[in-house]
Amino acid sequence: MSTPAKPAVAPAVPTQRDIDWAPLLLVPALMLLALPLVGAPSTWVTLTVAGLAMGMIVFVIASGLTLVFGLMDVLHFGHGVFIALGAFVATSVFAAMGGLAGADALLPNLVAVFAAMAAAMAAATIVGLVFERLLVRPVYGLHLKQILITMGGMIIGEELIKTVWGAQQIPFELPPTLRGAFTFGDAMIEKYRVLAIVIGLIVFALLAWTLNRTKIGLLVRAGVENGEMVEALGYRIRRLFVAVFAAGSALAGLGGVLWGLYQQNVVPQMGAQVNVLIFIVIIIGGLGSTAGALIGALLVGLMANYAGYLAPKVALFSNIALMVAVLLWRPSGVFPVANR
Amino acid sequence: MSNAANAPRLTLSGVHTHIGAYHILHGVDLAVPRGQLTLLLGRNGAGKTTTLRTIMGLWKASSGNITFDGRDLNALPTPQRARLGIAYVPESMGIFADLTVKENLMLAAHAARHAGELDAARLEWIFAKFPAVKTFWNYPAGKLSGGQKQMVSVARALVEPRELLIVDEPSKGLAPAIIDNLIDTFCELKAQGVTILLVEQNLEFARRLGDTVAVMDDGRVVHAGAMAAFVEDDALQQELMGLAL
Amino acid sequence: MLPRLLSNDLPRSRLLAVLLIGIVVALLLTPFAIPGVKALNVAAKIMVFIVLVASFDLLLGYTGIVSFAHTMFFGIGAYGVAIACTRLGSDLGALLIGIGAALAVSLVLALAIGLFSLRVRAIFFAMITLAFASAFQTLASQLSDFTGGEDGINFRPPEWLTPSFSISETPFLGVDLDGRLICYYLLFATTVALFLTLLRIVNSPFGRVLQAIRENEFRAEAIGYRVVVYRTLSSVISALIACLAGVMLAVWLRYNGPDASLSFEIMLDILLIVVIGGMGTLHGAVIGAALFVIAQSYLQELLKLAHEGLSALPVLAALFTPDRWMLWLGVLFVLSVYYFPSGIVGKLRRTG
Repeated sequence: MSTPAKPAVAPAVPTQRDIDWAPLLLVPALMLLALPLVGAPSTWVTLTVAGLAMGMIVFVIASGLTLVFGLMDVLHFGHGVFIALGAFVATSVFAAMGGLAGADALLPNLVAVFAAMAAAMAAATIVGLVFERLLVRPVYGLHLKQILITMGGMIIGEELIKTVWGAQQIPFELPPTLRGAFTFGDAMIEKYRVLAIVIGLIVFALLAWTLNRTKIGLLVRAGVENGEMVEALGYRIRRLFVAVFAAGSALAGLGGVLWGLYQQNVVPQMGAQVNVLIFIVIIIGGLGSTAGALIGALLVGLMANYAGYLAPKVALFSNIALMVAVLLWRPSGVFPVANR
Repeated sequence: MSNAANAPRLTLSGVHTHIGAYHILHGVDLAVPRGQLTLLLGRNGAGKTTTLRTIMGLWKASSGNITFDGRDLNALPTPQRARLGIAYVPESMGIFADLTVKENLMLAAHAARHAGELDAARLEWIFAKFPAVKTFWNYPAGKLSGGQKQMVSVARALVEPRELLIVDEPSKGLAPAIIDNLIDTFCELKAQGVTILLVEQNLEFARRLGDTVAVMDDGRVVHAGAMAAFVEDDALQQELMGLAL
Repeated sequence: MLPRLLSNDLPRSRLLAVLLIGIVVALLLTPFAIPGVKALNVAAKIMVFIVLVASFDLLLGYTGIVSFAHTMFFGIGAYGVAIACTRLGSDLGALLIGIGAALAVSLVLALAIGLFSLRVRAIFFAMITLAFASAFQTLASQLSDFTGGEDGINFRPPEWLTPSFSISETPFLGVDLDGRLICYYLLFATTVALFLTLLRIVNSPFGRVLQAIRENEFRAEAIGYRVVVYRTLSSVISALIACLAGVMLAVWLRYNGPDASLSFEIMLDILLIVVIGGMGTLHGAVIGAALFVIAQSYLQELLKLAHEGLSALPVLAALFTPDRWMLWLGVLFVLSVYYFPSGIVGKLRRTG
């Protein structure tokens, strides 16, 4: 019975933080690959900026969901409803602040946009907390029921949005000073896309700071890896989860505003449409990995724009092909986190 | 509670645990005396790890009582049990590979918001016992070797004073020199009045540390008594575990 | 005889048995008992959904796999015959070629998805199938030269399946004996045959292994079953039968389009029927499909009444318009998953 203690191997000095570079190179690789296919550099620049903007928006939406998946292994299929909710709340805010949103001056325009975002995030947070309490909490640990119930929640949410705002598409126009494009030579870069990229970067920076520098962020990361141990150290993972769920919903609401302005219209079904993209992003990135979600989102955004230009009919398939390729390379996504 | 000083720190009586459809613990009775090191021995599959996990609440006891300092633990969820002063070092070590060694330790200190708020003197003591923790302080814990991770896992349980330390096979895969360090550490903890419950397969290690011993078989405690007497009694060892120390 | 036909998978509840017999008899007699095109269409839709839902239950209820790609195979079957009949002419040969091609495509796709999912974590499966299904739906509406795009394809099946074909000049029991009737009873026979086949499958040793996997994957693996092989086989069988349900739909409607067979709403209907009828029991598919299709066809009219009745209370009225039909389905869905997880069949079996 006495198993002789295996002598520990002399410790190879580990490197401090060696970064896994290969996935990071995917994004520039895809850009370079597209250049000869697209041909004209000016078109390529326009498409690339559009792709990055779309990618950052998708990242904002996906970042919260990947943590929801990772932290409690909750298969949440209703995330899309918060996207639509955020977008519709924002249209109402714009309508209410018509003077600011319609003014031909940058400052009032930005005030209107940020007010719309704040309102969207607040609404999504509140509804997210209700959603978590009513629909997610009773089915912790039951994957099948999670899928079914959250799906049901999305149907109900979508229908309620239709009841409040109507079933039809609503135009969601950019304020005057955010319309139009910067031109560099032949390349057109739409102003709003630059704004979307900047907001996306801010969200990423805030998330990265929270997850790396604050205790609650570290607990979330620890919980994604090993929730049981976090509990054994004396922290209630469910409270963390509720916080993450609320924050994820808020981010989806914010993403909904960004997405609506990107499309310049909103429909109640937009959540379900974006949901598919979000899943692809999360799978590519690896469940629970924020950095993976960023890479996945940028790849999906770029791919959608390049393919939309080169072969519009198969645009959605291009993203699936991307997902298949990535999974054949790394079956758990580019940055696998959870060791469950 | 009239004789609180002599009452066991932790008592299990008639504890049954089911995991899914499997009945693993069949009425475990165990008393862990205050300020002593209690060894839990037994074959693989006897239910030792399940007992520890049930104490922590990571598996729910389906019946029976678990009391800690006279408090009923059964109703408490895992985090609250930890907050009563119970630290747990699982067999799998439970290291957060993505976090640095520093961050791993910091999370175990309930009040600390960042590593700067850790008790410096205690940290020095930990560094002295487990130099690897200091060497790799800012490295992702996942990069460490198995033995180093084990050190981090034990160090994490010690970062703040605890009443009860539950440790599952700490010596597994460790070099002899490190095992000596570990034994020293446990002795010092005992001197500080910490109660320790230890599952151990390394009997040399067990013999040098144990005050009391409980042997499990088939989901029950089949023998409990003083370590000294158990060590002397080769026949009993043969009978209970199929081999002698 | 009957128990053998049902593979000894009996209703095990008197009320359930009565209901099942009632549904079968009603479906058998609808053309003669209930006049009008609507009733016949409702009955045909019930049969299509029985096959579609039963094949989905093989995945969800018996194997524990959540797939959102079921409508994709349904659509492939429907598009298969629709395209074959428009391109190759309206005869039996074209129909059979269409069915064969659809089955082949379904087989390949089901295998591809199955094998691909082997490489990735099991919980990705639901998401991956959702992505595939939505991509397929987009593709079907984009390739308009081939699929008719959003408008779909109106086609002519073999003449003996259409109302213009007449068996006998004299009506029987007041019903014209035309090709429509042949089509109906062909659907009926197909439904019975496919349902009994599925019953046989789930009650075979193979089906028991599937259920063992659903209960405890690791244990099944430990006993020595190749879980992946069983899972893949289960999804292939399920896909092929869904494909045949699509064939039934298209032949009956003489039409197929994205909304008829591919839409996400149909996927939700399937989920709802499985949950309401009872997961993991094929009898549930029969009960669920019958109830659901009837409710869908007639409840909307009820909602219209409620809407008009509530016109004084605009907020409530807005919730009770026929347009909000999905809202109530969603609520019903969530409530049944919570309080009614074994569905109607489970409930009936417990009460005896």
